[in-house]
Amino acid sequence: MRSLSGIRRIAGLLVGGALLLLTTGAISDTAVTKGSKAAGMDSCVAPTADMRRNHMDYLKHDRDRTVHKGVRDTRNSLAACIDCHAEKSEAGGYKPVNAEGQFCASCHSYVAVNLTCFQCHSTTPQGADEKVSQNAAGGAGLGLLHGMEQPLSLTRDELQRLHAKVEGN
Amino acid sequence: MSNRDDQPDMNRRAFLGQTALAAGAATVAPGVLLAVANGEADEGVTSDVRWGMLIDTNKCADGCTACVEACDKENGIDLIQRPQGQSDEMWNAQRPQWIRKLKVRDTQTGAVSNLPMMCQHCEHPPCVDVCPTGASFKRADGIVMVDRHTCIGCRYCMMACPYKARSFIHQDVVRQRTNAPRGKGCVESCNLCAHRIDAGQESTACQEACSAEGHKAILFGDLKDPQSEIAQALKAHESRQIRGDLELNTGVRYSNI
Repeated sequence: MRSLSGIRRIAGLLVGGALLLLTTGAISDTAVTKGSKAAGMDSCVAPTADMRRNHMDYLKHDRDRTVHKGVRDTRNSLAACIDCHAEKSEAGGYKPVNAEGQFCASCHSYVAVNLTCFQCHSTTPQGADEKVSQNAAGGAGLGLLHGMEQPLSLTRDELQRLHAKVEGN
Repeated sequence: MSNRDDQPDMNRRAFLGQTALAAGAATVAPGVLLAVANGEADEGVTSDVRWGMLIDTNKCADGCTACVEACDKENGIDLIQRPQGQSDEMWNAQRPQWIRKLKVRDTQTGAVSNLPMMCQHCEHPPCVDVCPTGASFKRADGIVMVDRHTCIGCRYCMMACPYKARSFIHQDVVRQRTNAPRGKGCVESCNLCAHRIDAGQESTACQEACSAEGHKAILFGDLKDPQSEIAQALKAHESRQIRGDLELNTGVRYSNI
């Protein structure tokens, strides 16, 4: 029994160490997708933690200035978000930012917050050059309006990565 | 049109507005001063300009739809797909249109004029009067538009508009242009290509297309600048507002009808 518990202890240590490695790896990971312009930049228009917590308020504030006062070069413009965060697709166009696994969708589906910007706004830079529709890409199915016929399924890795992103504040 | 009793009394409105403004200023003066100090009050569009159009119906060619096509392309209207199984009749009645070609005939003389019809960008827009949420509004530079973030899709404005200028989006929209967001359940209409104006351009898609076709029926510019081409043309030639009897002081004016 003694030797068994020793083995158990070592095994436990190994598993613990592996988990630690996994999590630290995941925390340094970022929601920014690799093929996007944002991947090559040091930071967003504000520090990352600030953007994670407050981007929705920033967007809401500046949208009114844009619509009502015609100020289009605001610091927090949704069009600029998309310009920077849309990932280039193999076909030469862009992947919609609300498609599964893309910048906006990955966090929003994890925290189950419905992403309504893209019911009206273009999901790719310059708009409309991507042939993949947002519904076909599957991004609209997640969040609070998640359909019953398509149950949400994430692999363990995906779940861990998403968790790390949110904890990473 | 001699009966003016049903028209809004602008003097009374102005008086009420000023009274409300004075009362408001007395109570919120510290806040207002704060906003001015921060420079927020005078950013963006100003009322020093008023954008408008002058359309010469003599130059508007019969059968030409260059302005309509240019508008559809500029504002992503051509990206809207017809819902599956919808009849031609329904689609033609419901598809969004920011600008459309009309043919008007004088019933007595038989004289026919062609003209493009779109939002007339009234100084006193009925659509803004009736909007229950404040989504329908007039920008400081005279452009009447819809803030879709607050539009609830009630369509009162469509009922109120004497020019049938507004459209409602009945179906989900999958593809949009960046400069023209659009989604199911909101009302929209011509915004005089506000994205161009905000970028410093003094042109609209329809006016550009009309000039490119060689007709030059549409003149676009600042009505308040006495030196502008449009102000000069308005001064030199007779022009009229459609439904001028409503005293809306439209920003879009027509000559030779």
